[in-house]
Order: sequence, then structure tokens, then C-alpha cells
Amino acid sequence: MLLDVRHITKTYPGADAPVPVLRGIDLTLDTGQSLALTGESGSGKSTLLHLIGGLDAPDDGQILLDGVDVAALDDPGRAALRRGTVGVVFQQFNLIPSLRVGDNIAFQARLAGRHDAPWAATLATRMGLADHLAKYPEQLSGGQQQRVAIARTLAARPKLVLADEPTGNLDEATAGVVLDLMLELVAETGAALMLVTHSQSLAARMGRRLHLRQGRLA
Amino acid sequence: MTRAGLTALLSHWRRNPLQLFTLLAGLALATALWSGVQAINAQARASYEAAAATLGEGRFDQILPAAGQTIPQDTYVALRRAGWLVSPVTEGRLNHVRLVGLDPLTAPGDLGPVQVAKGDIAAFLSGRGQVYGNAETLDRLGEVANADAIIAPDMAPGTAITDIGFAQTLLDMPGQISRLIVAPAQPMNRPPLAEIATGLRLQAARSGTDLGRLTDSFHLNLTAFGLLAFAVGIFIVNGAIGLAFEQRRPVVRTLRALGMPLSRLVVLIAAELLAMALIAGIIGIALGYLIAATLLPDVAATLRGLYGADVSGTLQLRPAWWLSGLAIAVGGTVIAGAGALWRLARMPLLAAARPRAWAMAAGVGARWQGIGAMGLLIVAGILAMTAQSLAAGFALLACLLIGAALALPLTLGAILRFCAALARGPVAQWFWADTRQQLPGLSLALMALLLAMAANVGVSTMVSSFRLTFTAFLDQVLSSELYVTADSPEQAAALVAFLTPRVDAILPIQSVDQPLAGQPAEVFGARDHATYRTNWRFLDASPDAWDRLAAGDGVLINEQLSRRAGLAVGEPLQVGSEAFPILGIYGDYGNPIGQAILNEVPFARLYPDASPLRFGLRTERAAAVADALANDFGLPRDRMVDQAGIKAFSLSVFERTFTVTDALNILTLSVAGFAILMSLLTLAGMRLPQLAPVWALGLTRARLGRLELLRAVLLALLTTVLALPLGLALAWALLAVVNVAAFGWRLPMYLFPLDYLRLGGLAILAAALAALWPARKLARTPPAALLQVFSHER
Repeated sequence: MLLDVRHITKTYPGADAPVPVLRGIDLTLDTGQSLALTGESGSGKSTLLHLIGGLDAPDDGQILLDGVDVAALDDPGRAALRRGTVGVVFQQFNLIPSLRVGDNIAFQARLAGRHDAPWAATLATRMGLADHLAKYPEQLSGGQQQRVAIARTLAARPKLVLADEPTGNLDEATAGVVLDLMLELVAETGAALMLVTHSQSLAARMGRRLHLRQGRLA
Repeated sequence: MTRAGLTALLSHWRRNPLQLFTLLAGLALATALWSGVQAINAQARASYEAAAATLGEGRFDQILPAAGQTIPQDTYVALRRAGWLVSPVTEGRLNHVRLVGLDPLTAPGDLGPVQVAKGDIAAFLSGRGQVYGNAETLDRLGEVANADAIIAPDMAPGTAITDIGFAQTLLDMPGQISRLIVAPAQPMNRPPLAEIATGLRLQAARSGTDLGRLTDSFHLNLTAFGLLAFAVGIFIVNGAIGLAFEQRRPVVRTLRALGMPLSRLVVLIAAELLAMALIAGIIGIALGYLIAATLLPDVAATLRGLYGADVSGTLQLRPAWWLSGLAIAVGGTVIAGAGALWRLARMPLLAAARPRAWAMAAGVGARWQGIGAMGLLIVAGILAMTAQSLAAGFALLACLLIGAALALPLTLGAILRFCAALARGPVAQWFWADTRQQLPGLSLALMALLLAMAANVGVSTMVSSFRLTFTAFLDQVLSSELYVTADSPEQAAALVAFLTPRVDAILPIQSVDQPLAGQPAEVFGARDHATYRTNWRFLDASPDAWDRLAAGDGVLINEQLSRRAGLAVGEPLQVGSEAFPILGIYGDYGNPIGQAILNEVPFARLYPDASPLRFGLRTERAAAVADALANDFGLPRDRMVDQAGIKAFSLSVFERTFTVTDALNILTLSVAGFAILMSLLTLAGMRLPQLAPVWALGLTRARLGRLELLRAVLLALLTTVLALPLGLALAWALLAVVNVAAFGWRLPMYLFPLDYLRLGGLAILAAALAALWPARKLARTPPAALLQVFSHER
């Protein structure tokens, strides 16, 4: 099992009282599988994604990723996990504005120490970015920037791809193209994919669907 | 409407207290350094003016005896009887105070003490005596023979006045007069001076005070330092105002959309800035007062030691000073805020809010900035080759510093681009690229650091060069081991007879005041001796200068006379009734007037009345000779000065000078460090969206914090390295252009690598300390705060 989430909880401090966001989540995901996580705003989808990706730590419970308990890792351990095991695609792209497109694509793979130039070039070509490698992110459209973000994630060949509303900032036509490309390439790498989305049609294209409601799986 | 608008505008500061603090603190620090230096200068100048007003020095013609002698009372009486309207002055030092005795009945009406004493002439003249002085001086004087000590706050520091008869008693100079003040209006038919008394000379009034001219160099340096520190502070204020204006664009846009006229908004913001300028100005003046009060004792000691100028060690709050402090605070705010206010006034109503527009604008304007910098540096280069006047010298300094500051971000950008090209690892590659991206936001602070560092290198080089030159100069002019002064020509002759078998050489020191080539000057008569040939260094000379001087076939002149009169080696100089070819030109630092040296034979021929009373003695047994003079000859100890004592005193004076410059160094670097801290803290909030993705991709917060610290230190290091040539260029401009135009002499420039290393270390330390807090803050940023960058829901 690539991912085994066991009864995790997370509470954030609120203005008046603590706000429980996740109230005991259990889920599993294996290599090559895809999972859609849906739910209303505030249901805890992104928080769950962040906890699995080692971006935050749960208050309680276990997250076993590739046999490693993510919840038990310290800061450097979680950083290593983010570099090598998972790849996150954000809704806001979160590219590094000071680096050119080509360097952005290669960045995470180089951080992980497994930069594969032909693979990066393939990704750039497949994503339609080959002519934009020398540009800076700000010179690209939103759809192009999101394709750079996906290429950056896949260039590192992560075992688990976490995508947080990856097409949320794109128009419908562009979103369709970008998503198709992402699914195709994720499948080629053999990685597992967990996708957070509001879109039911998008969720329908994933292997499994889970719905979060008020911090619990419905 | 006004109130509502103001409430909305001021709410920005409530939400951004750090920004408000930056603005106020930057302006207050700038004002503090400027007004602190000005307070010191004003205090010193007031002291010089008080000295001039109190003693009439330079304002009236005076009749003087030959050097080291006094005027007999009978000669004074003869002059008065012959119709000369003169007033006697007897002066000397008592308890380290200059005690001046004068006659209020005959002194010119507007002489300071006469005004003082006229309050109660009878008491002033009475047998018990009154002594006037400021409180500090009277304290130093102590109880003087039961005289009434009268505090006169406007009196020159270090000087006390009393009736001449009382002064003669106190100074043990019965019937002796030091000089005679000549009233401006004199009878037409009075006989010439020489007919009544021989050996006296009439010295014409001089314009300006001697002390003022002597010490101008020192004050000029302080002022330059203060101005540069102020410029550094204004960079901080400019950055804070620019950022605040950009962040308030949405508020301004909303207010305008809601119906507030643009003109009203501009007036409100201008009023807000003015209020801040006044608040910061008041704080700055208070801080400046503290700085001045702390540094003034050292400055006063320096001025007293170097120039013999008595400056009160107690600071007075002068209205002109604090008003000018407020004016400079307001002026600085206008300079720093005018551009932002202008942009705001021209902003279209629907302009988008761009929180980082101020930083991006720097990138957009980079080309124009480069052209401006290049233009200014070219003008500086031209001025460096051609500048002759003080105004041109200051224009050179301005072009050089502003040009270099403008060029800094472009130069750093080029260096960082080069480093990025060499970078191999992804983190290194990101680090260099990200550092380049931070440049616009940090450039103002780095410019401030550049100016602070350059000012420190420049002023340190100048002061240290001055010390080195002056120390060497002391070796030159104080080459004898012991100096003795006789009371009279008779005692001088006896002294020479006594000393001849006891010392290796006796070198008479004799001089007369004699205008040369239309310039005020003094002429010295020197004995030919190896001492001079060994120790004196010429700036320019003919090969056989000493031999020809010994033969009476020429004259040596100082640099001041050479520059002011346009005289060069080989040209003739009229000295009295004879013309002599100029054999050499020597450096004569700190002397405001021209000087010429003849061999003692032609000197005696030209000035037969001048007889030497001072002698330099060459001996290896200075202490034994001094003991013999005191015990066997009966010469009082206060008539002997040993060379080591003078040099030790001079060096101790320099140490105090360095205390002042060191303090100013640290203060300016602290201001620059503050600028960096504030810029980094301001940027820190905007940095999260740039750093969060890198963190998400696998860099720990601790590592990001370390990289932030490294980035600040690296930028400070690069800036410091670039500041070194700028500082040296600044020192060169001060020494070779400004000093020469202002004072007539040029100091040789020396380099002090260890000092630069220390200053560089301080600058980097200031930057590291400034960056430590933001870096630590970043390293401890909770993941939740970083996640907010990604989270659009939770």
C-alpha cells in the first residue's frame, strides 16, 4: 500500500474557539490508483492534502506513505518527503517567479537529485512548453503556468501526486486540456494521484471518489 | 468628508505600525545625526565668535612687541601723550585659563568686556578686582586672590577678563603690557610709531577670525559626515513612504470612487507627512542633542589640542539650531515624499492596486537609472580633473555619491547574473535568481549602506592620512629634543652661553610677521644644521636647496603661500627689501597663513630688531640638560618643553579625534543597518508567497532562514566591496580638491587596509544583525502561515 491514512484529526485555532477541520479520516491509495476528494468549502479537503503531503502535521492519527509515518517526521524529514516522494500541484501554480520556465520544470527533480533532462524535455514538449523554456512564469498565460506546475511535479517522478484544484483558476476549455494531459502523464509515470476538486465531472474521471463533509468522509 | 478621509488614511498606520516606526525612526535618525553635528559646529563657532568679540582679535589694529617680549608701561604712556589712541592689554595663562587684563576707560567702545565691565566700572577697577568669565571658565580659574567672580555667559570659553592692573599682579607681570589695541579713529597729526618706540610693529586688523579659518577644515569634515548620514536616513524614509503609498493605493482609489476630490486627498496626505516630519524632527533633535552632548567634550579637546581653540564643553540649546533641525526634517520628508505624492496626484482613478509596484518600478526604470548614473559619474570624472573651487569640489562629491548610489543596483544585478550563470545546484540557482529578484526591494537600503560605508572609508582615510601626515610633520617641526624660551634678549644670550658646552646644537627660533606676495605671512630665520636637512621633506625643491639656503641664496616657502600666490620653485619672492629665489616648498599643515624660511644671516640683515628668545636644543641628554637649566641656570620649568611631551600630547589629541570619528562611523553604519532591517522586515511579509513554494518543494524553514541571512550578508558584502573604491574616491576628492580649494594645502593620501577591513566587518555585522531577526522569523514561521499561501479554503 502506497498510502495508508489512519484516523487523523486536525484542529485549527479559531477566533473564539478551536475549529476542528478533520475528525478522524481513514483512507488508502495504492500505486497507479487515482482518487478524487470532493466536498464543500471548508470541509477539510485541502487540509487533508497538506497533511498527506507533509506540508502540515496532524494532531492525531497516522499517515503511512511508502511505509514511512509522515506524522512522526520532523521538519527536515517532512522536507525530504516533499522533495522525493510526493509532488504537489497547486491551484495558484506557485511557480518560482525568479526562475525561467525550463528551470522551474527541472527544479524539484534537481532538488530530489534525480533530474532527467530527456524526461524534462519530453514533459515540456508534451505540455506545449518547448517554445517557452527561456521565458519567466509571468510571461505565460494561466493555462501555460499550470502546465509548468504539472511538469515540475512529474519531472521528479513522485510516487504520489497531490493536486489541489489544479484547474480551478482556468477557463473550462483550458481546464479540460490541462487535466487530460495531467492524467495521461500521471498514468505513464505509474504514480498514484489524489485530486481535490469541487467539480463533479472532474471527480468522475478518477478511479475512486471520496466526499468530505464537516471533516468526515461521507 | 475630510475627517472620514483622514480616518481611512490613518488606519493604514494602525494596521502597519512597523512601517510607521520605520518612517519616523528613519527621519528621526537622519535628523539626529545631522543636527547633532550641526550642534557641535554651532557651539564651536559660537565660541570662536565669542573669543573674537571678547578680545577684539582680528577686529582692531594692534601694536605688538618683538616675539616673546612685552611693551613697557612707559612706552604706552609715551604713545598716549603723542596722540595715539591705544588701549593696553596684558595677558597670560593662569590655571589653564587665558587671563586678559584690560583698561575699560581707553578700550574701544564695542569691545566685549568693556560692555561687560561698564555695568560697574568702579567695582571693575577697584582694588579687590572683578574677574568676568563663563561659569565653566571661572570654575577652572578657582578662587583668584579674593576677586569677585562674575559669571558672563557670553564670554569666550577658557578666557577670563579683569582690570589690567589686577591682571599684572596675578600674572606677575608688573608694568608689562602684552599688546596695545589701536582705536579705529586716530588723530591725523600723530607722529609715526617708530619715532616714539623702537622694536614695536603695527599689525593690521584681519577679516574673519583666525580660529574660524583654522578649524574650518575640521568642521567641514564633520558637516560632510552629517550630510552623508542625513542622506542615508532619507533613503530609509523614501523607501518607507514609497511602500506606504503603494500599499494605500486601494484606499485612495476607493476614497476617490466614493467622491473625495483628488486635490483634497493630496492635501490630506501632505498634511499627514508634515505632521510626521515634525514629530520625527522633534525626536531627532532630542537625539541629536544627546549625540552632540556626548561627543562635544572630545571635539572640544580635539579643537583645543590641535588648534588651541577654546570651545565650551557645555552644549547650549540655540533656537537657530533646533529650528534648522526641524527645517531639515521637513525638507528631508519633502525630498523623500515628493515623488510618491506626485505619482499619487497623477494616478488614474481605476489604476490597479499593485502592492509591489514600487519595487517593480525600480526594474522598469533601470535603464534610465543606468543612464543617470553613468552621466553623473562622467560629470564627476570631468570635475575630478578640472575642479578648482570649493563649489566645484562639492559638485564633484555630489555627482560621485549620487551616481554611485544609482549605479549600485545595476552593478549588483550584473554580479548576481554572473553568479547565477555559474551556479550548478538547484538551490544555488534559485538562490541567485531569487536574490536578484529581491534587489529592487532592498536597493534603497543597500544604497544607504553604500553611502554610509563610503563615507566611513572616505572620512577614515582622510583623518588617518591627516594623523600620519601630522605626526610626520611633528617629527619635522619638532626635531629638537628640548625647547627653551628666554624672558629677554639678555637672558637669551646668557642661556646660549650656558648651553653651548652642554648640548650638541642650539637652533634659534625667530620670526616676524611680514606680508609676502600680498598674502599675510610670517618669515623665519633658521640656522643651517643637519637637523633640518635630515628631517624636513619638501613637496617640491631644487636639488641644492639646503646648500643654497645655507649660503643665503634663497628662501623656502610653505604650500599655502605657494598655492595662494601662485609661486613655484625657481621664482623670485620679495622678502622685505630683498628678493630671493624660491628653493623649496614644504607642507605646513594646519597653518592658515603663508610662511617663508631664510637663513639666519639674511634674516638678521633684513630684521635687525628681531632677536631670538626661543631655542631648539639638540641633545641626547634632554632630561639632564633640563635639570641643569632649572637647577644651575635658574630657568623656570614652564620655560622648557620636551619634544616627547609635545608629541605625546599631540597623539593623545588625535586619539580623541578618533573617538569622535569612530562614534560617527558606528552611528552611520547603525543607521544603514537599521535601513536594512526595516527593508527586510517590510519585505518579509511579501516574501511568503515566494518562499512557500520552495518550502513545499522540500526545503526546510530553517534552511530558508539561513539562506535569507546569507542573502543579506552577501548583498552587504558585495555592497561593502563596491563601497571601498567609492570611499577612496571620496577621500581623494576631499583631500585633493575640497581641502585644497578651502585651505590652500593638500594632504597626501595614505591607505589603511586594516581600517577598511574593520569597517567592512562592521558593515557586514550590521547587515547580519539586521537580517538575523527576519531570518529567524522566517525559520520559525508556522507551516500554517506558509500553507495560507496555498489554501483558498479550509
